Amino acid sequence: MPLGAHKAALFGVAGVSTDTVVLLSTQTASDSASLSFTSGIDSTYGEYIFKFYDVNPATDNEEFTFQVNADGQTGFNETITSTHFWAYQLEDDSTRGMNYNVGQDQAQGTAYQQLAYQVGAGSDESLVGELHLFNPSNTTYVKHFYSKVNCSYETSYPASTNQFAAGYINTTSAIDEISFKMSSGNFDGTIKMWGVK
Amino acid sequence: MAMDLITTNTSSNAASSDFTSSIDSTYKLYIFKFYDVNPATDSTNFQMEGSTGSFGVTKTTTAFSAYHYESDSGASLGYEAGHDLAQSTSPQPLSGSVGNGADECAAGELYLFNPSSTTYVKHFYSKLNLYGADNHSGNWLIAGYFNTTSAVSAVRFSMSSGNFDGTIKMYGVG
Repeated sequence: MPLGAHKAALFGVAGVSTDTVVLLSTQTASDSASLSFTSGIDSTYGEYIFKFYDVNPATDNEEFTFQVNADGQTGFNETITSTHFWAYQLEDDSTRGMNYNVGQDQAQGTAYQQLAYQVGAGSDESLVGELHLFNPSNTTYVKHFYSKVNCSYETSYPASTNQFAAGYINTTSAIDEISFKMSSGNFDGTIKMWGVK
Repeated sequence: MAMDLITTNTSSNAASSDFTSSIDSTYKLYIFKFYDVNPATDSTNFQMEGSTGSFGVTKTTTAFSAYHYESDSGASLGYEAGHDLAQSTSPQPLSGSVGNGADECAAGELYLFNPSSTTYVKHFYSKLNLYGADNHSGNWLIAGYFNTTSAVSAVRFSMSSGNFDGTIKMYGVG
């Protein structure tokens, strides 16, 4: 059964575009401090989906994060209230579990929101995932988001971690820019931005 | 086959948003996306129901959520025993208590798999984030099945009490 554009929406096949789900932009980081999408986020789409592929930090045990700018603003420091939880399993089967991560959430904070916590920087370590941003051009309501990421844990404790961040950007201003970066250091990887009508 | 936008329902102070046509064997998966769901009544749940000719299909489901207050006074992850169903015909909550403030709302999506099957139960799962009535962010994850081998041909969204504003879009996939 061909999946067509839905396959594109779910798995991020490059070059696939329909009237419903449209690949708007692809950015590739190569030892980059950040990737920012500063155009194309507007009222054209009710939802934007960002897909992360092979994000590999230069520095071990750092966090993969995002922030946004409201229309006319700079600095990527909008107010966020959010949650973060994860499930994890070590490669040696010694530890597994799931829990809420207090240090990775925000309560009316303006920091970059953590999408992935303690990412491994080994040569074969990386993260993948996606972030959904709902109706960012709305000027009545807060802007909800949620993400799902699977990533290699810090190099000294090889593990798979499945991480879930969600929350809202607590502004009624339109959001028109988004930035991704590590909490410290540069990274490699590809991020694609999709629009859903 | 593409992900096709089938129907857009925009609710303005409506008691429910019903999708009563086009849920059939054309697609194996139906995706409903919720935008800016703002209830008229504070602290009410956004919920859904299916129909095989009438609403009130038996369901067994799970529910869990994570929450965090703007005041940083509490944050947790846990199973939501009050929001699951065990062979119940009640509507399925897709959220906890959504705030009705002027800027408060919920957003998310529901996947409904192969609703026209007449052999198997009909699975669904949803993910939603809300602005809670008491100023918290709530991330809700619901899953379960309509325990029927009859085709599910309609889906209704509503609040547990009162009306709501919002936009719900139904997509069909393959």
